[in-house]
Amino acid sequence: MVAWLVPKPEGLYCAPGDFYIDPLVPVPRAVITHGHADHARPHHEAVLATPETLAIMALRMGEDRAGRARQSLGYDTPLRLGDVTLRLAPAGHVLGSAQVVLEHAGQRAVVSGDYKRVPDPTCAPFEPVPCDLFVTEATFALPVFRHPDPRREIGRLLHDVRLFPDRTHLVGCYALGKAQRLVALLRQAGYDAPVWLHGALRPICALYGRFGIDLGVLGAATGAARDAMRGGIVLAPPSAIADRWARRLPDPVVCLASGWMQVRQRAKARGVELPLVISDHADWDALLQTCDDTGAREVWVTHGREDALIHALGRRGVRARALRLVGYGEEDEAGDAAAAEGEPA
Amino acid sequence: MIAFAALLERLVFTPSRNAKIALLRDYFLHAADPDRGYALAAIAGTLAFPAARPGMLRALAMERVDPELFALSYDYVGDLAETVALIWRPPADRPDASPPGLTEVATALADTPRADLPALLARWLDICDTPTRHALLKLVTGALRVGASARLAKVALAEIADVTADEIEEVWHGLAIPYAPLFAWIDGTAPRPDARDAPVFRPPMLAHPLEGVDLDALAPADWRAEWKWDGIRVQLVRTPGGERLYTRTAEDIGRAFPDILRILQDMAGHVVLDGELLVMRGGAPEPFAQLQRRLNRLAPSAAMLRDLPAGVHLYDILFEDGEDLRALPFDTRRARLESWFARNAPPMLGLSPLIPFGSFAELAGIRAGTRAEGVEGLMLKRADSPYLPGRPRGPWWKWKRDPLTVDAVLMYAQRGHGRRSSFYSDYTFGLWRGMGDTRELVPIGKAYSGITDEELKFLDRWVRHHTIARFGPVREVEKSLVLEIAFDAAQPSTRHKSGVALRFPRIARIRADKPAADVEDIPAFLRATRCVDGP
Repeated sequence: MVAWLVPKPEGLYCAPGDFYIDPLVPVPRAVITHGHADHARPHHEAVLATPETLAIMALRMGEDRAGRARQSLGYDTPLRLGDVTLRLAPAGHVLGSAQVVLEHAGQRAVVSGDYKRVPDPTCAPFEPVPCDLFVTEATFALPVFRHPDPRREIGRLLHDVRLFPDRTHLVGCYALGKAQRLVALLRQAGYDAPVWLHGALRPICALYGRFGIDLGVLGAATGAARDAMRGGIVLAPPSAIADRWARRLPDPVVCLASGWMQVRQRAKARGVELPLVISDHADWDALLQTCDDTGAREVWVTHGREDALIHALGRRGVRARALRLVGYGEEDEAGDAAAAEGEPA
Repeated sequence: MIAFAALLERLVFTPSRNAKIALLRDYFLHAADPDRGYALAAIAGTLAFPAARPGMLRALAMERVDPELFALSYDYVGDLAETVALIWRPPADRPDASPPGLTEVATALADTPRADLPALLARWLDICDTPTRHALLKLVTGALRVGASARLAKVALAEIADVTADEIEEVWHGLAIPYAPLFAWIDGTAPRPDARDAPVFRPPMLAHPLEGVDLDALAPADWRAEWKWDGIRVQLVRTPGGERLYTRTAEDIGRAFPDILRILQDMAGHVVLDGELLVMRGGAPEPFAQLQRRLNRLAPSAAMLRDLPAGVHLYDILFEDGEDLRALPFDTRRARLESWFARNAPPMLGLSPLIPFGSFAELAGIRAGTRAEGVEGLMLKRADSPYLPGRPRGPWWKWKRDPLTVDAVLMYAQRGHGRRSSFYSDYTFGLWRGMGDTRELVPIGKAYSGITDEELKFLDRWVRHHTIARFGPVREVEKSLVLEIAFDAAQPSTRHKSGVALRFPRIARIRADKPAADVEDIPAFLRATRCVDGP
């Protein structure tokens, strides 16, 4: 039993180090796993995160809201905080995403944040860290979620682009992580035409560029001539794809890149014509594999479909419990709405 | 099977008709024989084999998956075949075989006894990927629901061969799965298949509404008038090869109307007739709602056959004794129809009478004067018009009676599809019921046509600014905007909360000037439309 890590309403609290990990409300000291809005919230006093995550936070919420004191810590650099040794290990979720590795009293706990196991050209790969307690997400923790190879999904998109040369493929994707990964996957597949971006996506793509991720030629969809985008690929936040923003595009094929697209009703309800199952989260197999890889005898589940994961881990002799932290997994809504507001309709 | 699965997956999510056609064309161009023939059959709904039951799929999945995990998953996904397709896990020693071809699947399903089906299915599922498993499971449960009709597939084939879809239609029902002669013709390697004595469908002649036509410029003597009955347009086919009852979109509805098929069986020769299918009571047609009850049933009960007997008012004759009459003038065909009818006198079939008239003014009076049940209006046909497939402009006109209208309050709006996918373009509207505190709006119908692009933009904006609740793609709005709804008829309905069903409701006008409180109460509307007896 790891007793020094405590789930509180404010978030997960590390007592011997006196800090929270991804707290849900403003706190004196916060360690942030990655820049998505449900994990990185504004107005903390002191924030510790990777340089990439700090840059993302400053960009998305403004310098003045991104933490009064900011400490940057690269991957694999141990740091003593109170009675705890902390280091950050790559989580493979988005640029700068980190697992928080904590050691205290001869025990090791790893807080994963959000993570995935498949290679992503835009961020460092997930590193399994052996530990006593593993704190995992469970966004896609049902055995129906097994994400296909993203290259296959990109292949489907490009086939469709060839099939409908006079239409514009409008791909809904989260502004942070998914958008850049999609562009990088398209480049890997040999697609070298400009990729058009909704205004909400441009600053983060530029930030990725500053961190050395080359995304090729990007165009601004806002203000571009309608015909210039005919036959092309446009990326936009999910909230914009079936709404007024999309009316500027010639005969769009509405696509959405998300792990949720595995389920038909989800795709139908959103009016998606070409669902692309591309996720930045671990799927069912990867969640179980990762819990196995850490060798942890105890697993805590932060958010998602925890019932199934806890049931499955229990059958493998792992003690698992749900933390039921309210407030994670809302990047879809929160990030979306904010992103869409920044763009004139 | 893989290409077919990919096609289905794409079709299901594609709202636009043209895009669906493009997808089908792409598939038919690139798929091999006879796979594409079986695919065509699957889409057209002509594949026949004993369907697997849901219980069987569930039992099959339970052999592989923890029941609790299956229950959680099914609960989340909501569709059994989809859950099984997603959750299915091949064994570690997964057979190293490629997924079965569509031909193999279709033929094996037809030959496999039900008891052997689970083992066969498990073997297939083990060697398929997720989309292919899904297509396979939808296929075996007989619930393909691909979002594409037989007609759409024929349009796609016609585009490939650069012929009309009607040319395909005319041979279609004479062909058998996997349609080898059809594809040979489409590919240009064989002539058009000959339907000979098969009971094939003949594309019907349709009419445009009488709009923008100067009646004074027409000579009444050149025209014939008949009632436009409010049933469904059908084609009756009786040949040495069998008998069929087709809708005007070539759907074979014979199973739902065994009473009509029996009448055709009792006839002789090779005859093709055009008419209106109706439910009859004492020789007079019943309201459309009664026919709807028959149409809703795949096969009618004995009680339904007794209480809702079907009949046909005949308009035209296309073939008699195998002779194609379609090139003959209307008057000549009419004479042939009357003479054929006099000789055969089939029960439950009747001639739709011609309406004598001296002037179009007189005819307009007849049209205005009729509110008879079962009549939608009039048809005008040139006396010399040949029977042409499609909807040629000029030889025939439909002259529906003026629509009825009612002012109703907008209650809900839903986003449309395709070109209108970003607009709230489907509207549910209602009338008041009750008094005082219990006074509430009750929906009476739904409309998504009739408005101009300008009105669509206005309504879209109005809906966005007056939303009070959201249910998925549906928004509930403030009950304050009045729409004038045009409709062809109001009929009593036990299936609707309001007790009334509207025929062809569409939006005539936006009545931004009218307060919502001023629209009618449902009881008054029911009395006005004679859905209930007046006080």
